Amino acid sequence: MTSAVTDVAQRPNSGRIFLALLRRDINVARRELPYFLLRTTLQPLLFIVVFGLLLPRMGYVGNAYKAALLPGVLAVSLAFSSVQSVALPMVADFGWTREIEDRLLAPISIELIALEKIVAGVLQGVIAALFVLPIARLIMGPIDGLTATHFALVLFIVLLGATAFSVLGLLMGSLVNPQQIGLMFSVIVAPMIFFGCAYYPWQNLSVFPVMKYAVLINPLVYVAEGMRGVLTPGMPHMDLRAVSGALIVIIALFWTLGLRSFAKRAMG
Amino acid sequence: MTDAAIRTEKLRKVYTTAPPKAGRGAPGIAPDASRAAAERRAGSEVIALESLDLEIRSGEFFGLLGPNGAGKTTTIGICTTRVLPTSGTAIIEGADVRIQPTLVRQRIGVVPQRPNPDSSLNVRENLVFHAAYFGISRSVANARAKALLEKLGIAERAEAKVMQLSGGQQQRLMIARALIHEPRVIFLDEPTVGLDPQARLDLWTILRELHSQGRTIVMTTHYMEEADRLCDRLAIVDQGRLLAIDTPEALKARAPGGTMIELVLDGSGDGLVTEMRGVPGVSSAEAKFEHGSNSVRVYSDRGGEVIAALVTIATVHARSIRDIHLAPPSLETLFISLTGRQLT
Ligand SMILES: Nc1ncnc2c1ncn2[C@@H]1O[C@H](COP(=O)(O)OP(=O)(O)OP(=O)(O)O)[C@@H](O)[C@H]1O
Ligand SMILES: [Mg+2]
Repeated sequence: MTSAVTDVAQRPNSGRIFLALLRRDINVARRELPYFLLRTTLQPLLFIVVFGLLLPRMGYVGNAYKAALLPGVLAVSLAFSSVQSVALPMVADFGWTREIEDRLLAPISIELIALEKIVAGVLQGVIAALFVLPIARLIMGPIDGLTATHFALVLFIVLLGATAFSVLGLLMGSLVNPQQIGLMFSVIVAPMIFFGCAYYPWQNLSVFPVMKYAVLINPLVYVAEGMRGVLTPGMPHMDLRAVSGALIVIIALFWTLGLRSFAKRAMG
Repeated sequence: MTDAAIRTEKLRKVYTTAPPKAGRGAPGIAPDASRAAAERRAGSEVIALESLDLEIRSGEFFGLLGPNGAGKTTTIGICTTRVLPTSGTAIIEGADVRIQPTLVRQRIGVVPQRPNPDSSLNVRENLVFHAAYFGISRSVANARAKALLEKLGIAERAEAKVMQLSGGQQQRLMIARALIHEPRVIFLDEPTVGLDPQARLDLWTILRELHSQGRTIVMTTHYMEEADRLCDRLAIVDQGRLLAIDTPEALKARAPGGTMIELVLDGSGDGLVTEMRGVPGVSSAEAKFEHGSNSVRVYSDRGGEVIAALVTIATVHARSIRDIHLAPPSLETLFISLTGRQLT
């Protein structure tokens, strides 16, 4: 072999490559930010207009409802921007474009490639929630009992919630075929939102005990209840330890399953 | 580490699902090839590779030839850590694709059969980001991207969206991408398909230059001339099996007795071949039925001289000749005699 051939580096530097992958996703997300926000936050915001502005003014719902609604709407924005930003590009990639191939050829383990998708999903979820919060506050007016004094706690719950839905995005994105994507949204995502305690506190489901326990399989319940616990602690909400525990179990489960199916799809 | 850049042992790949409609390697499977593939199918299982042993030396320019569905893309997929082998081993630059896939990826560049640029990035970014995925600094990546885009003749499209590129331009981008991290081993899966004649010659120049730098190159192609002129050694594979492996010269010397003459007839050639074998100069004759048409394939030691006699025999048997093909001994005729099929 002649000396013209030089080895790039003996050992691939995973940290550096991970950051490059992340930089790519952030770069792409930044360019698509307006469309992304429109896609993921329009629906929660419209909900706020109807249930947080119109109905209270008409006198159909009390002002207290706003305090129950806001954390739930933030949870929906957080969760569904996370899941979409991971799952949608992945469905196209594995379905037919195979564009992810150039990243699958990077000298980094498949676990780290999947992990990078999760981190990018979390970032996008947080951005969507941060975008919705001031607008919602503006539309609804003053909200009784809204606090953010425990910033670290808010951050903790937000990150757990976004991670749970990003790993769900990994699982869905690597399982679903492009033809089924519309079905996925109407059959999985829509019921998840309506039975996710986003628009009513979980404790109030006591009026319907069967449902109260059935909805516990829905990850959104924990994100919504967690958001209530940290943003409007005066309102009824699930114990934050239960919320964190459930989210950690969900993350572990979806990560294990998601990684397995991601690796399977990635290998041809 | 031995002197081998690539070594595969008893490599076997069985796909258990139906091939995806637009999966890699799936497009372009000719009807007769898929019929052959169907014969190897047990239920929904496809044996893409039987038991492949290959040894490619460091710095070698190696060609992989075979008809559609032969297993070329699968072989490259396994060697590039993108397809998991069912059994057997593949060692690339001393690293096992199963055990140390990241080490393998570090050392290889890949041009896929079907261009798959990152459509969220523009042309230049496709290269710069790919370099970043290999830990290359931005300044080095920028300089290399510029040089490669120029070399491949797409410099003026640097800021274009990849979806605005023509098929051939996308193919060139894929070649640039495979080279940006200056890998020691380069895999190219039909890199010249879709390139215009000038671009193909330009690519040949680039490949020869990479070869002269001591890099190992593995290329699949359907163009015999390309394989003949570029490669140090060639492997001919069909139905997942290695049929022959040698230098182009040695392979051509193995091409069966002389010129191949193919007569396309308006009916079965079965009754003609015995008589044709008796014509002086004819070493073999065989009747064929392919693509819904009848033909006889004759090998002649005396070139086209025997044609008159063959035509006479056909006429005597009340067959009329629709077409005549003539091919001097070449990789092409060897390939046809080994695989029974034409390269398309
Ligand atoms: N992902 C897949 N799933 C199932 N079967 C597959 C898959 N990819 C390839 N095959 C099958 O494996 C066999 C070998 O395919 P491969 O793509 O390796 O052939 P090839 O030599 O590259 O052909 P071509 O010249 O058409 O590119 C074919 O029969 C093909 O149908
Ligand atoms: Mg192929």
